[in-house]
Amino acid sequence: MNWETVIGLEVHVQLATKTKIFSAASTSFGAEPNTQACAIDLAMPGTLPVLNEQAVHYAVMFGLAIDAEIGQVSVFERKNYFYPDLPKGYQTTQLEKPIVGRGAVGIQLADGSTKSIRIHHAHLEEDAGKSVHEGDLPLGSSGVDLNRAGTPLIEIVSEPDMRSIEEAVAFAKKLHSIVTSIGICDGEMSQGSMRFDVNVSVRPMGSTELGTRTETKNLNSFKFMEEAIEKEVERQIDVIEDGGTIRQETRLYNGDTKVAKAMRSKEEANDYRYFPCPDLLPVIVSDDTIEALRRALPELPDARQARFVTQYALSLYDAGVLSSDASIASFFETVANSCGNPKLAANWAMGELSAALNNAGLGFADSPVSAEQLAEMIARIVDSSISGKMAKQVFEAMWQGEGNVDDIIDAKGLKQVSDSGALEKIVTDVLEANPAMVEDFVSSDENKRKKKLGGFMGQIMKVSKGQANPQQVNQILLQKLNELL
Amino acid sequence: MIIKREEIEKLATLSRISIDEKTITDVSERLSSVLNLVDQLQTANTDSVQSISRPFQVSQRLRADEITESNQRDAFQVIAPATDNGLFTVPKMID
Repeated sequence: MNWETVIGLEVHVQLATKTKIFSAASTSFGAEPNTQACAIDLAMPGTLPVLNEQAVHYAVMFGLAIDAEIGQVSVFERKNYFYPDLPKGYQTTQLEKPIVGRGAVGIQLADGSTKSIRIHHAHLEEDAGKSVHEGDLPLGSSGVDLNRAGTPLIEIVSEPDMRSIEEAVAFAKKLHSIVTSIGICDGEMSQGSMRFDVNVSVRPMGSTELGTRTETKNLNSFKFMEEAIEKEVERQIDVIEDGGTIRQETRLYNGDTKVAKAMRSKEEANDYRYFPCPDLLPVIVSDDTIEALRRALPELPDARQARFVTQYALSLYDAGVLSSDASIASFFETVANSCGNPKLAANWAMGELSAALNNAGLGFADSPVSAEQLAEMIARIVDSSISGKMAKQVFEAMWQGEGNVDDIIDAKGLKQVSDSGALEKIVTDVLEANPAMVEDFVSSDENKRKKKLGGFMGQIMKVSKGQANPQQVNQILLQKLNELL
Repeated sequence: MIIKREEIEKLATLSRISIDEKTITDVSERLSSVLNLVDQLQTANTDSVQSISRPFQVSQRLRADEITESNQRDAFQVIAPATDNGLFTVPKMID
């Protein structure tokens, strides 16, 4: 039987505020345990939450970016459960009246088709602390670090609109692109700034009823998400085809060991006893505030992609890659504008530079080769000082921090020979030194001659130690050979 | 609605309080009367009433996103039951 996969996502996005959602303690990543947990975060008796305006504004900005209804009156509720990393004994979150209502996110697939994924809602909430189970801890105990407790999150809940892993990954990447482009999240997946819960079910192809779903929680990379969905779809199909039924349950996937397991079944699920938080009044967002945020909203990825196509004459695909992330986009634009050749700028940004950054595990913002340096180097290709091949050596040297472009070209003797007198002499010398090759060329069919040019080029490059300008040599060579015909 | 004796016993266990045999009936009666009041409230027709989380027309005051809290870990951990290397420690949790 053919099976159809149905996927819905819940995405936790850490907001890039300086302080927590309900306290003025810092949210910066990587501090010593519990040094950024104040009395409010620790739920000390007598403390009260005071809502961070920036967190509210960021949530509204997300709503505007996905064209959603904005909840002008939203209400915080308490979700009660017991766990050591949740000192209050409840998470302050939103349920009945979230700050962002229905919206939609458009995705593009590899075959060029597009699809709209509906957003059910997005709400504001606080993160929990971190439990530590490993390391040098007293026997039989776990550690709790509450630095993360109270970090502002928005949880974005999609409708079950995705039908393949490709669509789910495209959706997740698009959300990443949107939240980083409008600057409400730093997008650092390895630091947990974006975490995905995936709801997966399968049903016979053509069926309109939804199958029983499972939820795999807390996936913090696109790759793990892809693997987790793939495994879960296979597992569900196996269970059903073997005559079994799917239990509605929460599952965990360990990206390092590639093992998925059931965490708890929904039948014994917690009753969270939600109720409006008596410590927080309803949050009112005025029309004026919404309009001001709308006007200040930075360029969205889709608009940027369209602009790249018209402004820089890039293909839709290239424009899509370069506009997906705010830091890549701004890097590319600096290079393109200062070197004057957007096509080469795009090729280098997506090719050599991307590969080097990937290998080093760095982002565009931390590139050892600056946008200005790359632009200078491309300018040297454009003015024929160096060939594309030489440029790779120059790039490598810049990456290693060996100085600026012109110094490297001088130091490595990479200057391309573009002086036509000198080039003509080299071409003539090579032709005279290889009479047999010349004879072969002249006596060949016209359509085979083009192939034979490569042999001459190889010789010329060897003699010039790779410094001859290939375009010019090609021209001179053709001219000289044509004279012999 | 009447709360049964077993339910009182379970609630007592969950609440970590002890209720002696003699008072169970009394507690059961008093809790049942609270629930009866809720039953009575639920007979009111609220179809045309919008739900509110607050009886007053006031809204939440917002705070500027500025760090004003400093590290007070030592002061907090002095009064914690157990700590280790800056972490609060608790009996081992198993997922």
